[in-house]
Amino acid sequence: MTAHLLCVDDLGRDGVEAVLKLTDSMVEVGRRDIPKVPALRGRTVVSLFYEDSTRTRLSFETAAKRLSADTMSFSVSTSAVQKGESLRDTVLTIEAMGIDALVVRHASSGVPWQLAAWLAGSGVSVVNAGDGWHEHPTQALLDAYTIRGEHKAGSLEGLRIAVVGDVKHSRVARSNVFCFAMLGASVTLVGPPTLLPASLEGWPCEVAHDLDEVVGEVDVCYLLRLQQERMTEALVPSLREYAATYGLDLARAQRLPAGALVMHPGPMNRGVEIAPEVADLPSAVITRQVANGVAVRMAVLFHLLTATAEREVRLDG
Amino acid sequence: MDADDVRRAVWRMAHEIIEAEKGLDGVVLIGLQTGGVPLADQLAEALKKIEGVDVPVGTLDVAFYRDDIGLRPVIPEAPSHVPWDLTDKTVVLVDDVLYTGRTVRAALNALADHGRARAVRLAVMVDRGHRELPIRPDVVGKNLPTGSAEVVDVGPDGVTIGDLVPPPGSGPAGPGRPA
Repeated sequence: MTAHLLCVDDLGRDGVEAVLKLTDSMVEVGRRDIPKVPALRGRTVVSLFYEDSTRTRLSFETAAKRLSADTMSFSVSTSAVQKGESLRDTVLTIEAMGIDALVVRHASSGVPWQLAAWLAGSGVSVVNAGDGWHEHPTQALLDAYTIRGEHKAGSLEGLRIAVVGDVKHSRVARSNVFCFAMLGASVTLVGPPTLLPASLEGWPCEVAHDLDEVVGEVDVCYLLRLQQERMTEALVPSLREYAATYGLDLARAQRLPAGALVMHPGPMNRGVEIAPEVADLPSAVITRQVANGVAVRMAVLFHLLTATAEREVRLDG
Repeated sequence: MDADDVRRAVWRMAHEIIEAEKGLDGVVLIGLQTGGVPLADQLAEALKKIEGVDVPVGTLDVAFYRDDIGLRPVIPEAPSHVPWDLTDKTVVLVDDVLYTGRTVRAALNALADHGRARAVRLAVMVDRGHRELPIRPDVVGKNLPTGSAEVVDVGPDGVTIGDLVPPPGSGPAGPGRPA
């Protein structure tokens, strides 16, 4: 059986809990003078990024290296894609080199599922590192891990989490809503109707349109990046008006309950969805999210690449 | 071995460690997850009573260093806790049962990532034989000949031997006969 991570639902609650527990061990590895273990020696992890990325790509590559896997990196601008090679041919070419995991980001929703279908029977695990407006499961896992570690509750059970801003274009929002709800949090989406998806059927969350009504009673305020590069029409009147209505400025941040966290998946538009001084508050755990990203991705790679065989072998000794 | 036998064995093992190391200068105990952790604590308690010295106690999970990753589900029990540089320390690795030696092999590799220890010793409550690697213990609670179809369990009530696969009709593999 080949294990993939295409969406948070693939893991289920037990799988999510297992990955978060495994992350504790990966954090310990990361704290050492030599932050590297031989767990995935001889395995090859390829990152296939059809979209720009800094933190996710570097985070996955660092994660793979800390587990002693070999890494190969593919970027569209310097590859045979420029000569017109199709996605399918590209993937089958890479697979033919003998690899164990393919970390993929693509601007089109559903591409990781397509790759998993093409790679059926090859033993290659596909990890979704963000597909279009759809899912970004490792972001959700690292956010859940960060909340568990940074919020005094120590768990997401019963926490009130607001996910604020450009939900429509955000794969982070979708993965996070499903992941947070799965772990027992109650989630509220906050944004103008133009920035919410056309249908929220099946989303385990509430919807609000006024940030000021919500901000006084949330345990986590999760701000989304306004994705201007994905907007093909005028969905907000102006950046200034958006910042005034839906940005977390200092006045709103001060109304958050004591102990509440401010989070952002990055890259931040300082002064738009988050005021510059708010991003630097102690309650803003944004760099913590990035640091945890490496450990969570180590846990995901280890979880997927070691789950392939379940032969019974003696445990002790 | 019942609980009293285990307590007496711990006491003797503590004395053997002190004797072999000529004191406890630079000695640290590291219990292997999971069975070695409580035993390391018991040894530390005994060393304290005998010499009046608080020996640092760490824990080590060797999952990421095992040679059977991918052959069976390998899941770490808990993060390792080795908050010191081990360079020039004498490390006493502590485990409940020594069997194939593969866990100890993994532990030696894991330790190397925490510094260059002056020496590494191995203390186990039960040596049950069947070694697959050239590894031997320095301090042993009890040598216990076993078959490879048996399971040795070291618990708070002592040491028991059970069957890996229970004979038909004998109920689930559980607490076996006392050893």
